[in-house]
Amino acid sequence: MTDEERRRLKLHAVGVREGILIGTHGAKCGHPGGSLSAADMFTYLYFREMRINPQDPKDPDRDRFVLSKGHTAPGLYAALAERGFFPKEDLATLRHIDSYLQGHPNMQTVPGVDMSTGSLGQGISAAAGMAKGAKYLKKDVNVYTVLGDGELAEGQVWEASMFAAHYHLDNFCVIVDLNGLQISGPTELVMNTKPVDEKFRSFGFDVVEIDGHDFDKMESAFHWFHENHGSGKPTVILMHTVKGKDVSYMENEVDWHGKAPNDEEFERGMADLAAIRAGLEGEDE
Amino acid sequence: MSEMIKVATRDSYGNALKELGAAHEDVVVLDADLGNATKTLTFHKAFPDRYFDCGIAEANMMCVAAGLSTMGLVPFASTFAMFAAGRAFEQVRNSIGYPHLNVKIGATHGGISVGEDGASHQCCEDFALMRSIPGMTVICPSDDVEVKAVVKAAYEMEGPVYMRFSRLATPVYHPADFHFEIGKGEVLSEGKDIAIIANGILVPEAVEAAKALKAEGISARVINMATIKPLDEELVLKTAADCGRIVTVEEHSVIGGLGEAVCSLLSETLPTPLKRIGVNDVFGHSGPAVPLLKQFGLSAENIAAQCRNMLQ
Repeated sequence: MTDEERRRLKLHAVGVREGILIGTHGAKCGHPGGSLSAADMFTYLYFREMRINPQDPKDPDRDRFVLSKGHTAPGLYAALAERGFFPKEDLATLRHIDSYLQGHPNMQTVPGVDMSTGSLGQGISAAAGMAKGAKYLKKDVNVYTVLGDGELAEGQVWEASMFAAHYHLDNFCVIVDLNGLQISGPTELVMNTKPVDEKFRSFGFDVVEIDGHDFDKMESAFHWFHENHGSGKPTVILMHTVKGKDVSYMENEVDWHGKAPNDEEFERGMADLAAIRAGLEGEDE
Repeated sequence: MSEMIKVATRDSYGNALKELGAAHEDVVVLDADLGNATKTLTFHKAFPDRYFDCGIAEANMMCVAAGLSTMGLVPFASTFAMFAAGRAFEQVRNSIGYPHLNVKIGATHGGISVGEDGASHQCCEDFALMRSIPGMTVICPSDDVEVKAVVKAAYEMEGPVYMRFSRLATPVYHPADFHFEIGKGEVLSEGKDIAIIANGILVPEAVEAAKALKAEGISARVINMATIKPLDEELVLKTAADCGRIVTVEEHSVIGGLGEAVCSLLSETLPTPLKRIGVNDVFGHSGPAVPLLKQFGLSAENIAAQCRNMLQ
């Protein structure tokens, strides 16, 4: 990736994070913490990895994305808006009565959403079904899904993982957002899901572990996924992230799992992001 | 009805899937390690590449079916009613019902007539659970011929469908040219004194009950109400107006099934004396299917007796 490509991805990521603040501030509720930790992976997926077309969101040959950790819909919506699936102005209507931007992803109302999710553990299964369907139909379609680390406590995640390995879904890429925090506290204390790498490896996955805020590392990891086609093994990319990333007062604070910024906090967060944006724009000069 | 051929509707389901698969390449079948019992192995033998065993993991199976449907395939996901409607309820609700995906659920081993396996497998709550999901079509066909028509109709409609089949072999009473329409009840015999609205394998019992009543001079209308949702409201209302008394019959809890669907409609629209015959808020137990059905009052004798009570 060139310096300019990386800089552009970072600028889009700032746009996605701004969208997350706009959405949750507008909603006066929602889940900013895990949306911000996943903002870089959303950005990479929608701007560099997936074969998708905002002008044709239902293209049958597109790659599919399922947000298994559906409560981070503000992040997905912000990425979709940043990519041009719908107007950014709509993000402020998140969770409002009669808005098409439902609290959790709704495939029937939001352009670009490939599966309705929200109940943890179910998205990965639906995504595995899509990957199986693509294989059966002999379509060159990749299916991506993002899970939270707390979500790994759902037994269904492992049912789906068994299915993916059993059916040799090498077109299937699971991403785990390892931000280390869930609603009640540190994942290790609530229900320890470690060692995550060994669990997936023993379930038949190829495992890659990276810094989930490093676009160059993502490029290598997704390259690995593409190299895996033909291996018969599904891929999992474990991304170590910071919950609340880039909004100073939210970083690594469990309280921001499911709480919206008030007006003052919103302004402070937008200022944090504006400073990052200014730095990136300065690089251009 | 002893002269009639008997077929378990689960066998009919397997055969119907095979016929459907031959006609439509987009039909895929999923099972959770019960293909031998749900009879989906009949499809597997014919189309092994379109049969996806999910292992003993019903929750995953329902969501995999949801994913397959978004790729343009028409998945039929099968397991026992207990696990399809019960164990995987929330997956069906959130991943199939809420997005209104084109998934067909074929649930076998419904009701008390599962028999020897006992209460853990005798699902008498599936109509209630599936009816409560917005946009879900719920059908319980009554014989081999009707199953084939129901499976075809389910394929032809867009949206989620729950179909319930049985383990016990029961009479095949429909003619081969029977025409089925989702949401339409079938009047099997006319009558004016009382109406029996039944579904599933108890429909032949209702027919027998009506014959016994006829010999006593009681004219009972018999309706096969295979589709529980959407309910054929027009036919129920007309029947209530014509007959004035109704007995509902189902191999399901009296809570939440066909009987309550009919009650809800009538109590809000045309209050009519009504008796629900079903499983009376108890769990089943082990035993051979036919004696069990009799023990739980799911028999022609009890249907006739309840009709007589209503007319006293």
